[in-house]
Amino acid sequence: MTALDTPVVVPARRATVRRAREGGLSGPLFVSGYVVLLLAFGVLPTLYAVYLAFTNVRGQFTGLNQFLRVIQDYRFWPAFGNILVYLVFWLLLIVVLTVGVAIVLRSRMPAPVSAALRFLYYIPGALAGVASVLVWLFMLDPSVSPVNWLLNSLGLTTFAEVLAPGHLSLIFALIAFWTGAGGWIVVMYGALNNIPQEVLEAARMDGAGPWRMALHIQIPMIRKWIVYMVILAFAAGTQLFVEPQLLQTASLGRVSPTWSPNQLAYSYAFQHGDFNGAAAISLVLLVIGLAGAGLLVTRSGLFKVDES
Amino acid sequence: MKSSQRRLVHALTAVFATGVLAGACASADPNAASETTAASFTPQPQDANAKITVWTDSTRLPSVQAYQKANPNVPMDIVTYDGSADGSTYLQTKVQLFDRTGSGWPDAVFASPTDVTWASQPTSPSAQAFAAPVDEGLVPADTLKNFATGSLAPCQYNGHTYCERNDIAQVVLWYNKSLLDQFGYQVPTTWEEYQALGDKVAKEHPGYLVGAIGDTNSHESYFWSAQCPAQQLTDAKTLRSDLRDPHCTKMSGLLDDLIKAGSVSKQGFFGQGFAKDYGSKVLMAYGPSWYGQYLFNSAFKTPAGQIAAAAPLKWQGESQTFTGNVGGGVWMVSSHSKNLKAAAALTTWLTTSDDNLKAAPTYPAYSPGAKAWLANPANKDYFAADVSGPFQQAANEVWTGWGNTKFSDATAWSSIVLPAVTAGRTLTETLPAWQSEIASEAKSVGYTVTTK
Repeated sequence: MTALDTPVVVPARRATVRRAREGGLSGPLFVSGYVVLLLAFGVLPTLYAVYLAFTNVRGQFTGLNQFLRVIQDYRFWPAFGNILVYLVFWLLLIVVLTVGVAIVLRSRMPAPVSAALRFLYYIPGALAGVASVLVWLFMLDPSVSPVNWLLNSLGLTTFAEVLAPGHLSLIFALIAFWTGAGGWIVVMYGALNNIPQEVLEAARMDGAGPWRMALHIQIPMIRKWIVYMVILAFAAGTQLFVEPQLLQTASLGRVSPTWSPNQLAYSYAFQHGDFNGAAAISLVLLVIGLAGAGLLVTRSGLFKVDES
Repeated sequence: MKSSQRRLVHALTAVFATGVLAGACASADPNAASETTAASFTPQPQDANAKITVWTDSTRLPSVQAYQKANPNVPMDIVTYDGSADGSTYLQTKVQLFDRTGSGWPDAVFASPTDVTWASQPTSPSAQAFAAPVDEGLVPADTLKNFATGSLAPCQYNGHTYCERNDIAQVVLWYNKSLLDQFGYQVPTTWEEYQALGDKVAKEHPGYLVGAIGDTNSHESYFWSAQCPAQQLTDAKTLRSDLRDPHCTKMSGLLDDLIKAGSVSKQGFFGQGFAKDYGSKVLMAYGPSWYGQYLFNSAFKTPAGQIAAAAPLKWQGESQTFTGNVGGGVWMVSSHSKNLKAAAALTTWLTTSDDNLKAAPTYPAYSPGAKAWLANPANKDYFAADVSGPFQQAANEVWTGWGNTKFSDATAWSSIVLPAVTAGRTLTETLPAWQSEIASEAKSVGYTVTTK
């Protein structure tokens, strides 16, 4: 990543160095706490996972054999297939709806209504992951759901029918959207606030309606925030674990215990005692996450300093 | 940017090339490790005063506390956990971690019979199997002889016994005597009579149920009892799974017929809302001995004096009756314990003493204890007729052809078969998918699978 930044950062670097000297130790001290935690709970475990993924249980070097073995596991492709469908639903939902809602709130609503709605949208995000899944367990069970008329009208009369394998990706995407969207709506709203009023005025003078304004002025100008959101949503999405794991228990096993790749890694480590295989799956996820982020960062120029 | 991308590509190529070149490197197969199974175990240096840590489920907690009260000089640390119920892998997870860190194992633990399968073998080449062989000086052979026929089968591996069976969950035919009398029906004794009665109930009293298949363990009630070789361990490393066997197809056909008729529910007895919506409509239930107290009494709140048990069903034309088993627990002693004697004394008291067993919450596996349990009126007050006969008969008829595998038999049934049936397919249509899931699971944990 530093390599990518080099051409732009060079002139700025001298200034940073000078500032660091002026500030003495306070800068490094401020970040040191985080750096220690990052090393202890982020970097070192990752390195340990890399070590595990390239060795076997006796500590012998195995090359890519661990990866070949987990890829051949009968649960590997279904798990990644599930997560792919889930990501498509979830990223589409979050990009289209959060940006759309933020634009409507910013441009088409009186300020008090907009503030109240932003607060309302944010509430589900304040629930911790597990609690929000529990809420959905009630929502999805026709025998207790407050919206069971809706489920019934879709031909779903029992919890088991709601949890049919084909519905799961969509259900998890809905849960993720419900908990995550509120926060992002607030962020997107803030991003829209950064667009200078003159630009919007000028567009209006030129005869741009709400649609043109959104498509040609607002969305392009908050593109970086959208990319940032997609990177984080993509990374979080590939790591899906809590929702399927809880639903697996709550549905009395009707959801596969290895529905998502992270669950598969968990089952490798803690049911089969195969930490090497689990590490290999985790690394596959890490590579996918990094590749996705790298692609988006380079294509969108997210870290280009000169533009801003 | 271009050059950095190129550099990245080069670096990745290099990494992959090294990996591929290292094709000659060590095998990644973790199951190669368990070949080196050590039959004997090396005890820790013993200390007669060492504190023993006991992991129990909440149901057996009062028994452990009673032991502590009666033996205040035994230093004990009692921990409650989920007891491995409902396919939980908590114990297995923790032991895997303790094996890696080299400390932390409980000394005595209540677990499910399937746990013994992994606990009797080392989890890695450097680890020692978690369970201590109790037949090596910890529990007298005379005591082990008194457990009900076949009840120690899950405990046995390589000629040693690795656990003491706490309770058995032999499958019997439960029925609501009051309803059955009111409808004027006879209790069936064969599967064929059961099917005929199910069809009759569907016609004459629609809405009433003679069974349900939607629980995580329904296959153990039906397919295990039917002697269906879904997962038969022919030896410790070979699993036979043949769902085309007539015993399996006869059972799936029978259930499909009754599901279609409407007298067998696709939902589970323990499913959400079942007790409220259908609890009073259950005429019969084919299930384990603990259904009486835990399903009819606790979940359905059926009043006392209505429910009774009958002996297991058999296939017409077969001379011998077999039945299934749904759960039941075991007690294991840790091979890492510093006080094996105290741990084994506790597990032996829990599993064999009349004092404990006469008031045990479930049917004891230890035959003399089971007699004491049946002699205690409190265990039978609830029922409309004496359950002693059917319970004792069923306890000795549990089919031993259903293997305690290293993977849970509930996964394939719950996540493959049940969703398919919910979606409208028949059990018979789903048998091949069920078999292939069992085979895949078995292969992934190192079994050789045969389907003949």
